[in-house]
Amino acid sequence: MSKIDRRTFLKGLSLATAGAAMTAGGIKLTAAEEQAAGKMEMRTSNTGDQVSLLGYGCMRMPTVDGTRNGAVDMDAQHRLIDYAMEHGVNYYDTAPVYTGGKSEGIMGECLSRHPRDKYFIATKMSNAWGDHSFAAGKRMYQNSLGQLKTDHIDYYLLHSVGSSIESFNQRFLENGLLEFLLNEREAGHIRNLGWSFHGNRETFDYVVSLHDQYHWDFAQIQHNYLDWNHASGRNVNSSYLYNELASRDIPMTVMEPLRGGALANVPETVARKFKERKPADSIASWAFRFAGSHPKILSVLSGMTYLEHLQDNIATYSGFVPCTEEELEFLERIAKEMIEFPLIDCTACNYCVPCKYGIDIPGIFQHYNKCVREEQMPLSKADDNYRKLRRAFLVGYDRSVPALQQANHCIGCGDCTPKCPQNIDIPKEMRRIDAFVERLKQGKEL
Amino acid sequence: MLRTIRIILAALAFAGITLLFLDFTGATHAFLGWLAKIQLLPAILSVNVAVIVALLLLTLIFGRVYCSVICPLGVMQDIIAWFGKRGKKKNRFKYSYSRPKTWLRVVMLVIMVASIVFGISAVTALLAPYSAYGRIASSFFAPIYTLVNNLFATLAERAGSYAFYPTEVWGKATAVVVVAAVTLIALAILAWKNGRTYCNTICPVGTVLGFVSKFSIFRPVIDTENCNNCHLCERGCKAACIDSKNHSIDRSRCVACMDCISICSHDAIHYKPVWAAAKKGEAKTDAGRRAFITTAALLGTTALEAKTGRRKRSGAVVPHNNPASQTRITPPGSISLKNLNDKCIACQLCIQSCPSHVLKPSTDLGHFMQPVMVYNDTYCRPECNSCSSVCPTGAIKPLSVEEKASTQIGHAVWHPWLCVPMANGDSCGHCAEHCPTGAITMVDGESAEGKAVKIPAVDSAKCIGCGACQALCPARPESAIRVEGHEIHHTI
Repeated sequence: MSKIDRRTFLKGLSLATAGAAMTAGGIKLTAAEEQAAGKMEMRTSNTGDQVSLLGYGCMRMPTVDGTRNGAVDMDAQHRLIDYAMEHGVNYYDTAPVYTGGKSEGIMGECLSRHPRDKYFIATKMSNAWGDHSFAAGKRMYQNSLGQLKTDHIDYYLLHSVGSSIESFNQRFLENGLLEFLLNEREAGHIRNLGWSFHGNRETFDYVVSLHDQYHWDFAQIQHNYLDWNHASGRNVNSSYLYNELASRDIPMTVMEPLRGGALANVPETVARKFKERKPADSIASWAFRFAGSHPKILSVLSGMTYLEHLQDNIATYSGFVPCTEEELEFLERIAKEMIEFPLIDCTACNYCVPCKYGIDIPGIFQHYNKCVREEQMPLSKADDNYRKLRRAFLVGYDRSVPALQQANHCIGCGDCTPKCPQNIDIPKEMRRIDAFVERLKQGKEL
Repeated sequence: MLRTIRIILAALAFAGITLLFLDFTGATHAFLGWLAKIQLLPAILSVNVAVIVALLLLTLIFGRVYCSVICPLGVMQDIIAWFGKRGKKKNRFKYSYSRPKTWLRVVMLVIMVASIVFGISAVTALLAPYSAYGRIASSFFAPIYTLVNNLFATLAERAGSYAFYPTEVWGKATAVVVVAAVTLIALAILAWKNGRTYCNTICPVGTVLGFVSKFSIFRPVIDTENCNNCHLCERGCKAACIDSKNHSIDRSRCVACMDCISICSHDAIHYKPVWAAAKKGEAKTDAGRRAFITTAALLGTTALEAKTGRRKRSGAVVPHNNPASQTRITPPGSISLKNLNDKCIACQLCIQSCPSHVLKPSTDLGHFMQPVMVYNDTYCRPECNSCSSVCPTGAIKPLSVEEKASTQIGHAVWHPWLCVPMANGDSCGHCAEHCPTGAITMVDGESAEGKAVKIPAVDSAKCIGCGACQALCPARPESAIRVEGHEIHHTI
């Protein structure tokens, strides 16, 4: 008689679930399973609100024709919001400028079907684009109340501060708009006053420093495992933003947890690493778990246009398991890999060669891609096998590309770029690879 | 017994110092570098008092064991002589006593001292025994070693291993190879036929140590009571210093090899302190089996050959062929042309140790075989200070990598008519991009056809002369930006 022990059984079960999950496009659990898994994770704001860790970003909505700018499919939108409400999502983030200016009105319609004390509305003073006058600002605020069919706004944000200190002063201080909003907070029409940030560190520091004067109730930042330490040039690392705000006890809502979708659609090598660890979990769930793992995060906003995304996110945050230290380190490695070492789409078609200066373009890309694909990149000196990988990369580089034809001889004349059917910015990639080789040779930390 | 000890120590020292010259990875420099630094002439030139005193004391106590153990050229001659002695008994006992050629020794010593004092470096380099060995090792042993390495590298590549990587086999100037070949052939003939002739007639180090060893405490002494006048000791003495008829040994020429003690079947030769009575004790050993193995290992490899042909990909590239700089460029740490000239004995160790193959032996008679920097397609890498760490004579003073990065050994000079943007209007800025000190900025200029282009401007106060710009310059066959050496190095 064959015996199946508990371990084998569970293993089989989890594999079966994984298989099912894959075919269902990343949905982890059925509604019933999710209930069993646990309730929506709730976080407490400074004013005592119980806010769901999953927040609803109301910018992109399902459209009737499926195009981006088409008319909103109201039936589908109702279905999404109702489903979210049902599953404990109680934070809805909109703005006067979203969805071509229609978002607030649509959300007013969707949300007013539910009791007003069951959800929190977040909307914004979107006066960054156009008129900075007090009258226009006040009109925008009052219009938001009307559109959302409410007499109070739970979370009100100064929309997208951070481009410059002057701009902040112009938009909110010089015209007396902030004073007006502070009075509205005093009067209870705004329950929490904060701002959302995109921009430079100097302006961030300035706005944070105003906390002593105005007392910000919360702030909204771009926060994900790429931006944590590898923010792009126009942004600030979210590790800095988070720590600065957390040290002042200002809770945060998160925008761009998937960095514009990039973290839901990762390179195959990266995806494989995620699946090896948690075969049943979606790729996106890692980004949501990361964003929610920091305790001062109040709510993570996701613009969910499809029910599957909503379900996946609800599953992630119901019975939420924060990332372990080890997982955070793993994500940092992934981030490094994605930021520093993206695969190059070279198909070795050889259209770019011969290069006037003799660079073996396809050879260089092939060596680089091979090392990235085989996970043979020497990423950090802290790794046990760093020395071995470093040697393999450098020796392998010399083997596959003669010294005089390596990336350090590319002068960036750009003759090759128009010849590339993959539209690779060849000189830029050459410079990047050469910089990497140079750091390896000099034994510098990446 | 004593002879066995001598042979073992000599084999170890010889193998170690040879390895030092063969190793191109820098792995052995840290723990074998001292073998070069305890050579007498390097120690004198680098004013390494501790080593000088130690060597003089060693000689004063034991005689010229330095020549038999520490000096690689001496050990090499012993190995050759051993081959020369093989076979018939007549061969084994073919030497005979000769009178000391004191005048020649003194003349050679005077020439050596004069050449050091007056900075005639080529002569110093020719006479210094350690340099002679360095040239031989780097010209003949190292290529064999690298060929074998390259063979392994080819095999490793096929096997997908990264344990070996290929390197350049012939990095030498032909002139050095010729000098080394002449030295080797002359020495080989002398050693094969007469043993230590070179050491006792020409070698200035041998002369100096010979003078000291005249007064050595321990010395071989012939016991006339036991001696039956068979003369075997004399006929087996490669230093030709045993006058067996008169039962005397010329201690200034004796290299303390202890062969005679082993040869004597009547226990008539003893190695003992001046004051002590004769003491019994001798050992028989299988003559130089070890030496044979060492030699065989070295020479046997000649049979092996490896091909290092590179796979060629798109478009062959013309290597640079730059004219030499007007003032020669010397490695960071050499302080000045004068310092290098005065202290360098052209042993080739720095040249062997340079992983970028930037250092080459000079062919100019004024500083013959001394290192010069040639930036054709390689440059002095910022993370490397190999040459300064191996130099035994202080010709290249030790520098940390940071110190090296701020040592100005030359400055880059722009040659507009060769520069790519000037010549064909392509935008370039390669030199500026790769300059480790940021000494090059791209400024507005006009190409030959009147097109607005960016051209490099060198801030010579910031330039350290590393040659990155020159090596990476896309202009062919001459670089459009080239380093001119400085007579005296500065710190920036």
